[in-house]
Amino acid sequence: MDPFTRVTGVLAPLDRANVDTDQIIPKQFLKRIERSGYGPFLFYDWRRSGDFILDRPAYQGATVLVTGPNFGCGSSREHAPWSLLDAGFRAVIAPSFADIFKSNSFRCGLLPVELPEPVTRQLIDLALEEPGMAVTVDLVAQRVTLSSISLPRLGRVGEGVSFSIDPFFRECVLNGWDEVALSLRQDADIARYEAMRPGWLPVTR
Amino acid sequence: MPARTMASKIWESHVVAARDGEPDLLYVDLHLVHEVTSPQAFESLRLNNRRVRRPDLTLATMDHDVPTRGGRAEADPLAERQMASLEENCRREGIALYGMGNARQGIVHVIGPELGLTQPGMVIVCGDSHTSTHGAMGALAFGIGTSEVEHVLATQCLRQGRPKDMAVTIEGELPLGVTAKDIALGVIAHIGVAGGQGHVIEYRGSAIRALSMEGRLTVCNMTIEGGARAGMVAPDATTFAYLKGRPHAPVAGQWEQAVEHWRSLATDRDATFDRDVVIDAAALEPYVSWGTNPGQSVRVSGRVPEPRTETDERALRYMALDPGTAIEAIAIDRVFIGSCTNARMEDLRLAATVVRGRTVHPRVRAMVVPGSALVKRQAEEEGLDAVFRQAGFEWRDAGCSMCLGMNPDILGPGERCASTSNRNFEGRQGRGGRTHLVSPPMAAAAAIAGHLVDVREFH
Ligand code: SF4
Repeated sequence: MDPFTRVTGVLAPLDRANVDTDQIIPKQFLKRIERSGYGPFLFYDWRRSGDFILDRPAYQGATVLVTGPNFGCGSSREHAPWSLLDAGFRAVIAPSFADIFKSNSFRCGLLPVELPEPVTRQLIDLALEEPGMAVTVDLVAQRVTLSSISLPRLGRVGEGVSFSIDPFFRECVLNGWDEVALSLRQDADIARYEAMRPGWLPVTR
Repeated sequence: MPARTMASKIWESHVVAARDGEPDLLYVDLHLVHEVTSPQAFESLRLNNRRVRRPDLTLATMDHDVPTRGGRAEADPLAERQMASLEENCRREGIALYGMGNARQGIVHVIGPELGLTQPGMVIVCGDSHTSTHGAMGALAFGIGTSEVEHVLATQCLRQGRPKDMAVTIEGELPLGVTAKDIALGVIAHIGVAGGQGHVIEYRGSAIRALSMEGRLTVCNMTIEGGARAGMVAPDATTFAYLKGRPHAPVAGQWEQAVEHWRSLATDRDATFDRDVVIDAAALEPYVSWGTNPGQSVRVSGRVPEPRTETDERALRYMALDPGTAIEAIAIDRVFIGSCTNARMEDLRLAATVVRGRTVHPRVRAMVVPGSALVKRQAEEEGLDAVFRQAGFEWRDAGCSMCLGMNPDILGPGERCASTSNRNFEGRQGRGGRTHLVSPPMAAAAAIAGHLVDVREFH
């Protein structure tokens, strides 16, 4: 996983609630056995139906997505954050995320940023009104800042708004840690637990 | 010891290590694996020179991709590559695999309980969001992503933040013709598709106690559609009777010990939940989804609602429905009876009761896809396949099939389907396809009538 400290880039708005993983990456693209190459299929059906907002020229190369509540609901497919990463996004800002999507995102280095709905609303409106405007998501400072505009809910230029985040996953993402390697260091704890498991528990063969 | 919920008891008994400021390291008793969400996890293990820690606690099957007729030869090249890759990974790591053609193959959430591998008090995970199903047996079970699959393969553990507790209590007697599926849809319509976020739901109350094991599996299956990662029901005599004698259930000598432990799992009388929702069973009706998420459902006697949000408007447009239309006036083209929600024996029996001696409407193409090869075999022993076939249903091999349409079973653009599956997202069953989620008897009745219809008045 690549470490994430801060990203500055174009903010792309997707003004929809409950965007499910079937929309983010439809099932026909889950047949690949690789971890990369999903970018071209991001929001595939919406893109194909024409005039999809993220296809407008001003949002090309966007690195931060701002969207509605319960983003990433539905299936557990990690292909959803993979496809966002592969399409160039490094962070998604939303009032809330589906539990599994959030956990998947942390684990593959896509930063899920939760901000209150009035703030995300303002960010969406702003990204619509000023297409191509840039935003900075700073994980070290835990702040989202705008580079050129002051807004009541977003503070003055350079000041921005802070977000909170799980401290463990913050460390993992900041350092690009391999969680499996961390846990393998606790082998003794795992072995001790295994020795205590009751004998009636099933085995698969 | 303070009063605890069942989820807390199971959680605490699986903590391998707890450190301040870190999510707990939880032990996983059973890791279920399928062909779609595992290849990248195995590959990463290989690249890092790591092995599967407990192949004996891991079970793999093929379900998402598999063709439901014509056998493996019908699989497209990409699906075939995914299946071959699962075979290779399981062979290398010594993991038991119920692949295509195996007598025990089937949808991962159908075979776990069916084989007695899913037992009370266990922590069960799978790279699939409907892992919540297994909670019906009194297990703590939840879906994980591919990075977590890799973590479990390597360590048999998972690092998880502790969820909050939510009680959904369904008190009273279900009216005739109202099924577990209607409870599930009714609950989601009540709490909303994000209502359970961050929580594990314990289903309680007399209506839940009165459900069969298979009914409870249906209710817990749909938990994720209400935003909660896990749903559970306290194990009781129904659970024990279901488990006894299954291939992986504890054998005599260990059985008594296990049951004693299972009885201790129920939530303590004085325990409290972070959220409480109470629903009157007697007020439930058969539910039908009208929109593009499972929370957009109404009673079959109702009408397509006026849109209240932008999301509703989008959904109505996609579904090509006008507000005010009676649900029963909605004509359908396809019927799908299947999926990990509703493709067990009880589901097929209920649907067959409606279908027996009748004929599928000439416009409708209807299919039954059993949840597992064992369900298929038993249904055939009971003669249910003949009932469905004679009525004009297609009778298929086990798999996920048109629940998500990764195999050739898909809706065409604009086709409208009464489906016993769990998701009515845009394009879920095929690009441009329109899904109405219903119970198995409701799906069967719709197949005969050619439109959505109240099964209680269907003669
Ligand atoms: S039947 Fe549907 S919901 Fe269940 S595991 Fe298969 S694809 Fe997922």
